[in-house]
Amino acid sequence: MKQHYQLAVIGAGPAGLAAATLAAERGVEVAVFDEQAAPGGQIYRAMESIPQHRAGQLGDEYQRGRKMVSAFRASRAKYFSETQVWSLNGRRELGLVRHQQAHMVTADQVVIASGAMERPVPFPGWTLPGVMNAGAGQILFKAHGIVPDDGVVLAGSGPLLLLLAWQYLHAGVGVKALLDVTPMMNHLHALPGLPRALLAGHYITKGLGYKRDLKRAGISTLHNVRSLRAQGKDTLQSVSFLHNGREQKLETSVLLVHFGVIPHTQLSRVAGCRHVWSDSQLCWRPVLDEWGRSSVDGILIAGDGGGIGGARSAEHAGRLAAMQALYELGAMASDAQQRLARNDRKWMREELHIRPFLEAFFRISDDMLQVTDDDTVVCRCEEVNAGQIRAAVADGHRDSNQVKFLTRCGMGPCQGRQCGEAVSHIVAVASGKAVQDIGHYRERPPVNPLTLGQLAGLHPEEAE
Amino acid sequence: MFKRLDNSTQGRVNVTINGQPVQVPEGETVAAVVLVLDLPYTRTTPVSGAPRAPFCLMGVCYECLMVIDGKANQRACMEQVREGMRIECQQGTGGSRS
Repeated sequence: MKQHYQLAVIGAGPAGLAAATLAAERGVEVAVFDEQAAPGGQIYRAMESIPQHRAGQLGDEYQRGRKMVSAFRASRAKYFSETQVWSLNGRRELGLVRHQQAHMVTADQVVIASGAMERPVPFPGWTLPGVMNAGAGQILFKAHGIVPDDGVVLAGSGPLLLLLAWQYLHAGVGVKALLDVTPMMNHLHALPGLPRALLAGHYITKGLGYKRDLKRAGISTLHNVRSLRAQGKDTLQSVSFLHNGREQKLETSVLLVHFGVIPHTQLSRVAGCRHVWSDSQLCWRPVLDEWGRSSVDGILIAGDGGGIGGARSAEHAGRLAAMQALYELGAMASDAQQRLARNDRKWMREELHIRPFLEAFFRISDDMLQVTDDDTVVCRCEEVNAGQIRAAVADGHRDSNQVKFLTRCGMGPCQGRQCGEAVSHIVAVASGKAVQDIGHYRERPPVNPLTLGQLAGLHPEEAE
Repeated sequence: MFKRLDNSTQGRVNVTINGQPVQVPEGETVAAVVLVLDLPYTRTTPVSGAPRAPFCLMGVCYECLMVIDGKANQRACMEQVREGMRIECQQGTGGSRS
C-alpha cells in the first residue's frame, strides 16, 4: 500500500465501483478501500462467487451488478478488500486497518461511498438471539445460500421486506407471516407523490408483482400491525403484536425485521462534513452539491451514504463524484465534465422519481421511532433503555451528547451506529424540541474499535 | 434455526467451535457457520450478561463479537473461516477466559 493516492474511494458498492472505474479509466491513481472480502457492496454482495441458480432466485436487479464488478476488476484501480477505515479528517488523511495492520494514507480527493445500513428501530425483545435484520437474512441467502427453517416471521416496513419474502418464496422457505407495521394513514400521505412515482412505474409494477405472488402462494400478510414484541427467555420463542386492535401471538425461532434504510454517516461525520436532518427520510444526511461535494474541501460523498436513492442512483452519483474529482485533479476540463455529466444527471433524476412516494408510503410510525416503552433497550452495547434516556432528559440533559455522557448510551463497540437515530427521536420528544435541534452524537476517531497493538504498529513515518 | 440450501461437501475446512471440532464450508463467514449450527448465543454482554447473537451481518452492529484464534472482540460476520480456526463464544468483554 502506498502512502498517497490521487483519489481514495471508500466502499465498493455501486457508488464506489462506478467512481473508481471512471476515475481509473481517465488515468488517475485510485485506491478503493472496502470492508468486505469481495466487491459489490451489500446490494451486489457475492456477485463473483454466487452460483447461477441462486443469482436467478435473487431477481434481475441483482444481475445488474455483474457488469459493474467486472468493469471495476478490468480497471487499474487498486483494490484493498477487508480494509476498515477508522479515521478520516479534513486533511484527507485516512486511518486504515487491514489484516490486523494499521496504516495511514493521504489522498488529494476522497469519495466516501459508505452506503446505507438498516434503520435500527428498538422494540421490546429486539436484542434476543433469533431476532435479526431482514438485510442479514438476505446476506445469508446471497453470500452463502443459507435460509431460515420453515416458520420464519418477517416484520416491519419497506421494499426490502417484500423482496426478501418473495426471494424466500422462490427458495422454498415457508414464511409463517409477514407483519406490516406501516401505518394505514401513510397511504393517504403518499398519494401526492404518486404521479411522480409513476414516472418510475417499473418499480411499482415490480412491487405489486411481489405482492401478488405472495398472495397466490398463500403467505399470510397482516397489515396495520402495532406494538410489535419479541419474546423468549434466552432466545426468541414468539412474536406478539396488535392487529386490528386484537392481541396476537406467533411461535417462531426467527424474526427478521426491517424498518427502511438510512445513510451510514460515521465517516462523513468524523471528517467534519455538515449534516442536516431529513424529515422525509427520517435520518441525518450530509449536505452535498450537485456533484456530491461535501462541506469539507476535497471530500465527496456518493450513493446512499449521502441520502437514500437506491443502487442505480448510487451508480450515477458515483460517476458524478468521480467527474468532479477528475476536474479538481486537473484530469478533466470543465466543459468535458459538464458534457459527460448530462446523462448521469438525467438518469439519476429519473431514478429519484419514486423516492418521495416510497418515503411517505413506508414511513415508520412515530410510536416506533420514539420507543414509547421505557424498558426497551435502545443502546444494545451498553444496555441503556428508553426510560433511562428519558430520565436523563428530565434531569436537564438536553441533547444527544449530554445523554451520552451521562448514560454511556452510544459508547460501546458499535460507536452509536445502532442507537444514534433513536436517541435523537427520544430526546426530541422528551424535551419538546425538533430532532434537528437535538443533534447527533459527535463523532471522533477511531470510528471502529482498534487495538493498542494495531495503533502501536503504525509505521513511525506513517503516524507522523 | 437456519439451514443450507445446498449441502455439498466440496471445499470444507476444519475448525473448532467452543472446543468441538467441526467441518464447515470454505468461504463462509464465522457468523454464517454458527447460525447454521444453532448455537444458543455467540456472546454475553459485559453489562448484564445477557445472551446475544448476530444481528446485522454487515459489520455495523458489533453484536456478533466472538473470540477467534484467541483474539477477543472479532466480528464473526466479517471473518471467513480458515483451516484450524478456533472459534469461541465471548463472555462479557472477552478479557478473561472462563
